[in-house]
Amino acid sequence: MSNSAPVKISAKDVKVFYGDNEALHGISMDVYQNEVISFIGPSGCGKSTFLRCMNRMNDTIEHCRVTGSITLDGRDIHEPSLDVVQLRAQVGMVFQKPNPFPKSIYENIAYGPKLHGLAERKADLDDIVESSLRRAGLWNEVKDRLDQPGTGLSGGQQQRLCIARSIAVSPEVILMDEPCSALDPIATSIIEELIDELKQNFTIVIVTHNMQQAARVSDRTAFFHLGNLIEIGNTNDLFTNPQQKRTEDYITGRYG
Amino acid sequence: MTIIAENPIKPVAAPSHVQQKVIASLNKRHRKEKLFRSLGLGAVLISLGLVAVLFINIFSKGLPAFWQSAVTLDIYFDPAIIKIPPKPVQQADESDNDFRQRDLSWQTEVGFINFNRLITDSLQKVLPDASKHRRDLTRMVTSGERFALRDMVVADPAIIGQTRTLHLLTDANIDVWLKGNIDRSLPDAQQQLSPKLREWADKLKAEGIIQNRFSLALFMNPDSRSSLASAGLAGAFMGSFYMMLVVILLAVPMGVAAAIYLEEFAPRNKLTDLVEVNINNLAAVPSIVFGLLGASVLIGWFNLPMSAPIVGGLVLSLMTLPTVIIATRSTLKAIPPSIRQAALGLGASKMQSIFHHVLPLAIPGILTGAILGVAQALGETAPLLLIGMKSFVASVPASPFEQASALPVQIYLWQGNELRNFFEARTSAAIIVLLLMMIGLNGLAIWLRKKYEKRW
Repeated sequence: MSNSAPVKISAKDVKVFYGDNEALHGISMDVYQNEVISFIGPSGCGKSTFLRCMNRMNDTIEHCRVTGSITLDGRDIHEPSLDVVQLRAQVGMVFQKPNPFPKSIYENIAYGPKLHGLAERKADLDDIVESSLRRAGLWNEVKDRLDQPGTGLSGGQQQRLCIARSIAVSPEVILMDEPCSALDPIATSIIEELIDELKQNFTIVIVTHNMQQAARVSDRTAFFHLGNLIEIGNTNDLFTNPQQKRTEDYITGRYG
Repeated sequence: MTIIAENPIKPVAAPSHVQQKVIASLNKRHRKEKLFRSLGLGAVLISLGLVAVLFINIFSKGLPAFWQSAVTLDIYFDPAIIKIPPKPVQQADESDNDFRQRDLSWQTEVGFINFNRLITDSLQKVLPDASKHRRDLTRMVTSGERFALRDMVVADPAIIGQTRTLHLLTDANIDVWLKGNIDRSLPDAQQQLSPKLREWADKLKAEGIIQNRFSLALFMNPDSRSSLASAGLAGAFMGSFYMMLVVILLAVPMGVAAAIYLEEFAPRNKLTDLVEVNINNLAAVPSIVFGLLGASVLIGWFNLPMSAPIVGGLVLSLMTLPTVIIATRSTLKAIPPSIRQAALGLGASKMQSIFHHVLPLAIPGILTGAILGVAQALGETAPLLLIGMKSFVASVPASPFEQASALPVQIYLWQGNELRNFFEARTSAAIIVLLLMMIGLNGLAIWLRKKYEKRW
């Protein structure tokens, strides 16, 4: 990805504390518009924590404190005038474990648009549901059973339902926290293809344990270790010619 | 199969040292497992047996009480006895108040009439030797029935001059005598009933004039001490009903709201820790202490009426609150955090995530907790004794502010009644009614849980 694309999210010296314990030691990075950037690193390195800073999901954890600044389109997301609800409508999230609501497939998708008042008429809502499911590649599989519970789908379908659900509120950025870790290889490859299509319209930040996945789907990759950002660069460069010893050790499988 | 033939199983080598030890310990482990399993099974069987004994005891004693001896008589509403002016009719120029006063004084006049005469007159027709034993004759039918006759006249004065076939409850002692619960070999001096009454009772029973009939009195009448045979549960039932209404309207919403606040919104600090500890302590406070609280605070300070279901309901609400709060909180805790995250991640506010997603999932658990709390309150006796609900109340309360008893207290009162051999069965019958209500409530809890249960 060329660095000429506009900066979507910019983080400066972001530190996260869980109580007295500093989990992230000052992360600074930019995320560009319409790129797929993946965060890799061993467990507990802070990549998910950093991801959750971007839509302030860490706010929901008690004793969790975030310092430093994160801007979205140049606007500080911690600014008091910015409602966290508005931020999360702009920055959607897909979680590690598929978590559809125990409601119908239709209701799952329609919930977000209803919440934000995106559809004035039922027909508009139907359109949003259909287009979201189409973009998540799920429409053909579920169009005949929109009224059936979302929890009745297979794991991979559930995760695509969750992606469709976050697309439905038309976010600008989608954060994905290990979206394929609970899925089998076939479902994983479907989601990876989906990510490739989605980047036309969205900026995607993906946390993954799977280095091949990072190499396959992302334009840029950031390597985290022990709460530090060790290296960030074009995915090809990072995997073929890492600049840091620790990155090289990790991607060649010496630890992690 | 040929494979086996070609490759005969090699003789098993002697077990190694390690294996020998494993085998030795295996026996011990199996023995322990068997012992533990049989202990558990024994405990279950013993408790089931005890429950069975309890139920058999209660049902064998209580079921006969649902049927009572009633004497079938043709009652002639004799105009010579019922000498009353016509029932007042409201005049065009008469105020409601004046009319009510006139009507009441007319009813009082009807009350002065000796309705017992109607009963004894018709008894004389079936008992030829009755005229010589007038005292005994008045004791044949339980005294409450004369008021039933009065009420019939008040309701419809046109009945005067007509004959109606009625089933009148016999005296409680005659019921017991005919059910065989009085030792017939006892000498006259020790018998509750006079020799003549015993003779009549047996005669009428043999003639089929006295029959065992399903006792509506048990359900329709309030408690009574003058007419024991017609003592019923209606007053206690309505008292319990009003109390449950208060508990459901007060303890359930308050408990659920408190639990939602504590679980979802309250910050974790020393104060909320203290509140949490105290809620758990409150659940362990003996119920009689809540009764003392009700007596001193609700009746003493707020001057609420004594013996009223409103006070009982308030006291039981206090007692039920911790149960509801604890059940609701544990249900909320069990809702997977992924559902909350999903809602928050879409931009739902905290309240929206709770009301749209967490609560619908928690409803079966909350309902179960609430209903079990209500069932517990329904069976509670001790606190009610202290706020005056053990007083004898011979009317059915029309509102939660009127004097009333409660089902468990009624059981306690009947258990203490002097006419043991009649009220032992009546007590068990009341227990059966209470148990059925409990089973009904628990069944409702299970049904609601099944109905609203959702997978996620």
